[in-house]
Amino acid sequence: MTPLELVSQQFAAEIIETHSYRGDQTAVIRPGALLAVAKYLKNTPELAFDYLMDLTAVDYLFYAGGRVQKEYRFEVVYHFYSLSKNHRIRLKVPLDEKNPEIDSLNDLWKSANWYEREVWDMYGIKFKGHPNLKRILMYEEFQGHALRKDYPFNKRQPLIGPQN
Amino acid sequence: MATQTRSMLLNVGPSHPAMHGVIRLVMELEGEKIKGVEVEMGYLHRAFEKMCETVMYNQCFPYTDRLNYVSPLINNVGFAMTVEKLLDVQVPERAQYIRVIMSEISRVTDHLTCIGATAMELGAMSAFLYMIKAREYLYELVEEITGARLTISYVRIGGVKADLTEGFADRAFAKIAEVRKVLIEADELLTRNRIFFDRMKGIGVISKEDAISYGITGPFLRSTGVALDLRKANPYLIYDRLDFEVPVGTTGDNLDRYFVRMAEAEQSLRMIEQCLEQIPDGPVVGQLTGEVMKAADMVDHAKMGETQGLEGFQVDLDPTLQGGTKKYQAGIKVNRRDVVLPAKEETYGNIEGLMNHFKLTMYGHGIRPPMGEAYGTVEGANGELGFYIVSDGRDNPWRVRVHPPCFPIMAALPQCLIGGSMADLVPTFGSVNMIAGELDR
Repeated sequence: MTPLELVSQQFAAEIIETHSYRGDQTAVIRPGALLAVAKYLKNTPELAFDYLMDLTAVDYLFYAGGRVQKEYRFEVVYHFYSLSKNHRIRLKVPLDEKNPEIDSLNDLWKSANWYEREVWDMYGIKFKGHPNLKRILMYEEFQGHALRKDYPFNKRQPLIGPQN
Repeated sequence: MATQTRSMLLNVGPSHPAMHGVIRLVMELEGEKIKGVEVEMGYLHRAFEKMCETVMYNQCFPYTDRLNYVSPLINNVGFAMTVEKLLDVQVPERAQYIRVIMSEISRVTDHLTCIGATAMELGAMSAFLYMIKAREYLYELVEEITGARLTISYVRIGGVKADLTEGFADRAFAKIAEVRKVLIEADELLTRNRIFFDRMKGIGVISKEDAISYGITGPFLRSTGVALDLRKANPYLIYDRLDFEVPVGTTGDNLDRYFVRMAEAEQSLRMIEQCLEQIPDGPVVGQLTGEVMKAADMVDHAKMGETQGLEGFQVDLDPTLQGGTKKYQAGIKVNRRDVVLPAKEETYGNIEGLMNHFKLTMYGHGIRPPMGEAYGTVEGANGELGFYIVSDGRDNPWRVRVHPPCFPIMAALPQCLIGGSMADLVPTFGSVNMIAGELDR
């Protein structure tokens, strides 16, 4: 069985949809199930996902010029890789616009620490249980979250801070 | 009276002679011992991901050049392959070989720079100069094909910009022989050098388990003994036809990383040689046969409406743009009108070609992959270079995410440093091969 089939079987109630577009096995899951699915991915011998290769987010505000209406605004996207099995899976977690928050995977994979900081920095998505959730690319005083679609790409922000 | 000890804070960077790249390390020292490290990055953040959302797919290439600026060709290839995955496009065999040749040349330049800079920071200036000399030989090859040394923007979606030049293989073999000599020289200068050896051995150690948990790939991971190389694990392009080994270390210290990089440089040179022998014949660049017209003349004729009989002519174009003419197009670009610009003879000579050209270059038209998402990977010089691209069916990407290989390594850097002495920072940081361009994007 492929990783996607195993996950779909185990967490049938938590899966919103699955696809394998262009060969990338993908499962969209409910936000509440993330920790359970992640533990399953890591600890099941047939899956053995020992790598959290990448963690990012996508903002779907006005996706496709508004032609496609998504029920949610953000998706947090996880790419896992297994060294021993040499397979990959992608998990996606939809999040609402209001107070987007999701469990941190920092306790399972150390790589989550910085990736989650970057997602917080760029999208303003909070990670519950993260030990040190602060900006990583931008400076602390930066206003807003730069990769959100409603942040203009040519907006400038002079460094703001205490006046001399 | 009881003595009091206090730790000392020391800022290294963001602009520091021993830091190749802008990054700030806030070190907490107790005497010479490092007690804590905080990595502060972002000084070279140029909003790569945001800017890619504002341009068309082929216009992202200049941005990708500036990710890992020591091996920009690999970034080009990685981005192009991900978009091709979205489009479901297979590039011609000759283009695949060219991509591999250019990627491997870049990998060698990357490793030479990394080892050379590390050696220089430890005082071995001559090793650095030798290696930069070798890098220069390879840059000359890159320049010959792409027309540039660093900001090459050479790869295109569906192929590459220009074909190999006439006699490239002979010149490449000669340059490879020179680079091999330098590698041997550097090996003699460094490997048995007591100072270099003592400062690298047993320093900056990371365990296999930690490296995996931090998501580290590439030479840094392989130095711990894990033979993960995407060119073997998940062969892309034509890597499955090449005979090469994946060098691994045992202890995961700086010395192992040096050995792994040296061995990998040699393997890459071997790969280039094999590619040059295997590559299917293309048209030899150089003398054009048949009826030839200067590009500017053909444009003039076409503007006047004198297109009758133009189809028989070939366009004479600048060498670095020769992939754009009919003669080379078939060898190095996929035959898809919705992806690849038509040959210049078509663009200048008939209205369909001209429309095709405009359809691909005008905003709102361009290359439009179907709605969907794809994650594409290549083995970069530092590890897995991933691109996650979401398309909404329009001509500019909805989301471009880069997975930069040195990002997880930098996250693990404090662990490699804590407990060691302050002076160990220099060789360890050198062996991380941090490239601020791809770290901060």
